[in-house]
Amino acid sequence: MDIQHIRELFPILNQEINGEPLIYFDNAATSQTPISVVDAMVAYYQTDNANIHRGVHALAERATQAYEGTRQKVAQWLNAQHTEEIIFNRGTTEGLNFLAQGLVEPQLNEGDLILTTKLEHHSNLVPWQEVCQRTGASLEFLPLSADWTVDLPSLDKYDDSSIKALVIHHVSNVLGVEQSLQALSNWAHERGALLIVDGAQAVPHLPVDVQQLGVDAYCFSGHKMYGPTGIGAVYLKASHHETTQPVQFGGEMIHYVGDLASDYKQAPWKFEAGTMPISQVVGLGAAIDFIADIGYATIGDHESKLVAKLCQGLDHLDGVTRLNQNVQAPHGLVSFNIDGVHPHDAATAYDLEGIAVRAGHHCAQPLMRVLDTPATLRASVGMYNTLEEVERFIEVTEKVRDFFKYGLESTR
Amino acid sequence: MALNQLGNLYQAVVMDHSRQPRNRKVLTDATHHMELLNPTCGDAIQVTMQVEDGIIQDIGFNGSGCAISIASASMMTEVMKGQPVDTAIDLSHAFNQLVGGVNEDTIQLETAEVEKLLKDANFLDGVKKFPARYKCAVLAWRALEIGLNEEVNDLEDGLTTQADA
Repeated sequence: MDIQHIRELFPILNQEINGEPLIYFDNAATSQTPISVVDAMVAYYQTDNANIHRGVHALAERATQAYEGTRQKVAQWLNAQHTEEIIFNRGTTEGLNFLAQGLVEPQLNEGDLILTTKLEHHSNLVPWQEVCQRTGASLEFLPLSADWTVDLPSLDKYDDSSIKALVIHHVSNVLGVEQSLQALSNWAHERGALLIVDGAQAVPHLPVDVQQLGVDAYCFSGHKMYGPTGIGAVYLKASHHETTQPVQFGGEMIHYVGDLASDYKQAPWKFEAGTMPISQVVGLGAAIDFIADIGYATIGDHESKLVAKLCQGLDHLDGVTRLNQNVQAPHGLVSFNIDGVHPHDAATAYDLEGIAVRAGHHCAQPLMRVLDTPATLRASVGMYNTLEEVERFIEVTEKVRDFFKYGLESTR
Repeated sequence: MALNQLGNLYQAVVMDHSRQPRNRKVLTDATHHMELLNPTCGDAIQVTMQVEDGIIQDIGFNGSGCAISIASASMMTEVMKGQPVDTAIDLSHAFNQLVGGVNEDTIQLETAEVEKLLKDANFLDGVKKFPARYKCAVLAWRALEIGLNEEVNDLEDGLTTQADA
């Protein structure tokens, strides 16, 4: 993997922040976008831009081809059985809200159960809290093993008949742990429950095969996988298309509109009301091509070296506590704290050194309570980060620790 | 060395307040209170006050946070103790401007008077250069301003919490 060549494809990386070379370690929040993705969106606007599905003219036809062509591309990339199983949306949050309200809520009765974990991003927790409050169903948290994966053997304490859905992350945005979706899907399906997955942190790092994993629905966002913001998709298994209700109504999702009632198109179009973000869909397609060109094996191999070095470096520092020590081979990130230093104070110091890290609760407040910390620092890598950057990051971490411990003199 | 600039934000006075906060307490006889959250990190600062005859007779803060939010809360209590409510609100607006907030409030006090009354809080002027930390600095001051309109009705009254938008 020619890392220098890859870095040249991301012009944003080539800049100084506060007089220091930028080290972008906030990829789990948003990854950077390569030239090819930007170019694809520019080309769309400069040659093909029109509204899709409605026009009878040439541009409308080209735009529709570009849009529907990307749907096909996403379907192949996730190994969906049918292209129609891919529904475009604004991203993971919108996808999970859609599944909560359109797929699960209509099936929920008082006393039913939705199972989840304390590791979820708020986007995979709050929508379920909301539907439970509306229907009288309850949310229960699955037991976890020491390595933060779901503890399957102790899953038998639930009344099977009341479990309607198991909603879970594929890869955690705080600990980097990967859940065994195949085992969870077998377990859920034996009990007639759905398996719904938040894949936002998985797709940048590892290949996903929805048929092999056996998921009922899988959500992801473009902006965490080198694509544009404002676009994502849901894979929704065809067998759920009839039972799932649209949650947005209006133009383009309708079949026939009467004065007082209407009927709707087939899926996926019945779930895509209004004018969709067409240029972002084109950008998403370019991001998938970009990842495919380099290959998940190459990306995963490089990133695991970076993360291993990050873990090793942080573990060697006194006064630094890494929070994902029990995680086997975390994907793409480390969460840690500098003892006695609030993450916000540390993040300001990192920023002065040109290093972008995330500090906060990472939209995972229930997990912060489990970890017994209000917030953490998180360094998350992408394919363009280097071992040299990791080295510098560890050096700076030491300086930041010393500044807050001993004051300015220590850093001279 | 980029870290040198940290000294502009984390001055000795600021570090002193964050390590040994003044008035870190919950008033049991509070007449007014407010707890605010900093939504970016989940930190919460709670302010309790005893207001009599239009004067803040006593004030305390409690909660967890970064060095900036704790130091700022500690400084705020020292500034506010003994001030009439009108002056307190004025000073809160003045502090907001000091740390880079949008100036939408007319301040009645003279500039020299403001500087004198803001005491140690003047040392947080470095926040102006760190806009990402503005919310940390104003959290306790916002809690005071909102709290002055939140009377404690009775001892059973749970603490009002609202996210800082």
